[in-house]
Amino acid sequence: MDHLTYARAQMGFSLAFHMLFAAVGVALPLFMVIADVLFRRTGDRDWLEFSKRMAKGTAILFAVGAVSGTALSFELGLLWPNFMGTFGDIIGLPFAMEGFAFFTEAIFLGIYLYGRGRIPGGLHLAAGVGVALSGAVSAFFVTLVNATMNLPRGFDMVNGHPTNIDPLAAMFSVPWKHETLHALLACYQATAFALAGIHAAVLLRHPKSSLFRKAFAVSLAVASVTALLQPISGDHSAHSIAESEPLKLAAAEAHFKTQTHAPLHIGGIPDVNAGEVHYGIEIPSGLSLLATHDPAAEVKGLNDFPREDWPPVAKTHYAFEVMVGAGSAMALLAVVAGFLAWRKKGLPDSRLFLWAVVASGPLGFIALEAGWLVTELGRQPWIMHGVMRTRDAVTPFPQLLPPFWTFTFLYLFLGVTVVYLLFRQLRAAPIEAAPPSVGGSDAHH
Amino acid sequence: MPTTELLLGGVMMAALCLYAVFGGADFGGGVWDLFASGPRKAEQRALIEKAIGPIWEANHVWLILAIVILFAAFPTAYSAISIALHIPLTLFVVGVVFRGSAFTFRAYDDRNDRRQQRWGLLFSLASVVAPILLGVLAGTVASGEIHVVAGVVTSGYVAPWLAPFPIFVGLFALALFAYQAAVFLTAEADAAGAAELTSDFRQRALIAGALVGAVALVTFGLSFGAAPRISAGLTERPWTWPLHLATAAAATTAFSALWKRRFAVARFAVVAQTVLILLGWAASQYPYLLVPSHTLSSAAANPRTQGLLLIAIAAGSVLLFPSLYVLYRVFKGERPFRVLDRSKE
Repeated sequence: MDHLTYARAQMGFSLAFHMLFAAVGVALPLFMVIADVLFRRTGDRDWLEFSKRMAKGTAILFAVGAVSGTALSFELGLLWPNFMGTFGDIIGLPFAMEGFAFFTEAIFLGIYLYGRGRIPGGLHLAAGVGVALSGAVSAFFVTLVNATMNLPRGFDMVNGHPTNIDPLAAMFSVPWKHETLHALLACYQATAFALAGIHAAVLLRHPKSSLFRKAFAVSLAVASVTALLQPISGDHSAHSIAESEPLKLAAAEAHFKTQTHAPLHIGGIPDVNAGEVHYGIEIPSGLSLLATHDPAAEVKGLNDFPREDWPPVAKTHYAFEVMVGAGSAMALLAVVAGFLAWRKKGLPDSRLFLWAVVASGPLGFIALEAGWLVTELGRQPWIMHGVMRTRDAVTPFPQLLPPFWTFTFLYLFLGVTVVYLLFRQLRAAPIEAAPPSVGGSDAHH
Repeated sequence: MPTTELLLGGVMMAALCLYAVFGGADFGGGVWDLFASGPRKAEQRALIEKAIGPIWEANHVWLILAIVILFAAFPTAYSAISIALHIPLTLFVVGVVFRGSAFTFRAYDDRNDRRQQRWGLLFSLASVVAPILLGVLAGTVASGEIHVVAGVVTSGYVAPWLAPFPIFVGLFALALFAYQAAVFLTAEADAAGAAELTSDFRQRALIAGALVGAVALVTFGLSFGAAPRISAGLTERPWTWPLHLATAAAATTAFSALWKRRFAVARFAVVAQTVLILLGWAASQYPYLLVPSHTLSSAAANPRTQGLLLIAIAAGSVLLFPSLYVLYRVFKGERPFRVLDRSKE
């Protein structure tokens, strides 16, 4: 790999890793608070136990999210000093606000985790709400930075330096609405699907456990609602991108030629040199319909843009397909869940359905990572679209191989440890209505 | 009315001071975890874990704030520092990641001794390494050995920081953090009525305090050759003298109060000492942010961003300080920074 590739790989790997923890750190507190509210309402100790478990998970994941986030605030400069030196004061404002929101989250989390039973219940719940809210707010601000990089606004470039800077216009660049909505929903959706999958797996072994039935019900409910909302948000994003980032849309859809009645390619292998998509399913006028809600509309293709500005078409397209595919599967599961719940007037818990939920457990995170790849790959070869190329932002530091491997091993180690610890927490479960021998066999699972 | 860049520099310095006091004490706790010894080894570690468990994440965020203000308000300085100090910054980040994650993993992993020891070792080693690197970074920035010509770093990637002066600043940071932590832990053990544990940490604090003084002398001596601007700032400017006198007074008070077992006074004085040392550094280096290429004003962001940053910081503080107050009130007693008797749990 060359210099630039190492830098991109380290950044990409760090972000991909951090994102998992950050997303869970945003969403898990919501479950923690829901369970707390239900416990206060009903007095059912299952809810208390569920809340405590969510809190433990939050504690572990938040700590890793906090340190990997710190690492990122340094890596931005370590890998892209020219980008940070030139645009630091343009993207700095939302980062500073994210810093404060994150700080508040850390404080409330400390109060919440260590304050149970020591501070009044109302204050404890308020701290939990504070964690959930500030987590969402910090995700909101950090996504604004991405919106600015995708469509830089609020300044003019004069001799390679931004001038006439309007930091607020830069902070709320056009994509901000759809990006923040899509990203926040994705955090809740990904976490909810993972939780639903885990609890479905436990229910397959201990179908009568009242604790896990409750945990499963809440996760499935959040998963279903977000899975149905996300396609609407995605449609809104597609619309917005068609207008403001046509090149990204063209790459994501592997749409080579500008045309009316543009077809939609599902699957297939983009051939960049020939400007065609092989083996895919082609839906006539599909892309025009998706991008503008008008089947006859013209959609700009890659051929309208200089070749040197093209993103890596195939990779962007595959990432997009993975995101849409996973999203569609999750939406389908949500519809099935709703139908089963309606027919049964209760929690759907047939073994087949539980297995389906287990299988879709990772889909939310797959879609989250794939969606992030779409927006990042789709912006290449620019770090700040149209203004600074990624290769011009990279550090002159000559030896990027050692830091790349250092961070890669560091994050792999952390990832493996966290997964192990989370499973340990799950196993430490008191499982009601399950014979002890079954609980014992869990230890080998 | 001070300029906006001076205000932002001040806020960044304040965040660094708070990080040195609170985050520094957490690192110091890790140091004493490593050096836990004697018949009360386990109790010492338990006290450390209790003292930093609920608050280290919040304490840690001061660093993030300082960095974010650095790159938002002084982007070119952040960029130059990131290039020139790539290696120690990477090592520092690795230390920070291991410290935080190992501490958390220890709390949530199996209570079996060997596992706990492994996490504990990782946590405490990282707590030793990270402060040294933090000091190395500060020492190099102050030394004037990083040269930037027309936006290009020309002084290489190793020589400026792998030198006696930055390394001694690193050792100084380590000693200072360990000293602070020992004083805090002495006071917490005393308030909990654990007499033997109190004398354990008092003894450690006295040793660390003496080390702080010794390393400070060597560092100061080295600064004449290695960091002329710092030594000139420390000695030649009339307005830095009151600062040094105050630092000396705080240091003497802290040490003698510790000796006389007046731990509440010692804790207050050691905090004052740390803050004054950092302010002394800032005052000596002023107006340089990165000596000698970037001053506060030459590295400053555009004025509108600066203004908005200050507004954001003010608004954020309204949210931040009351919640911090609640956190400390819950875990450190009725008044912030006073120790809650946690032995009653």
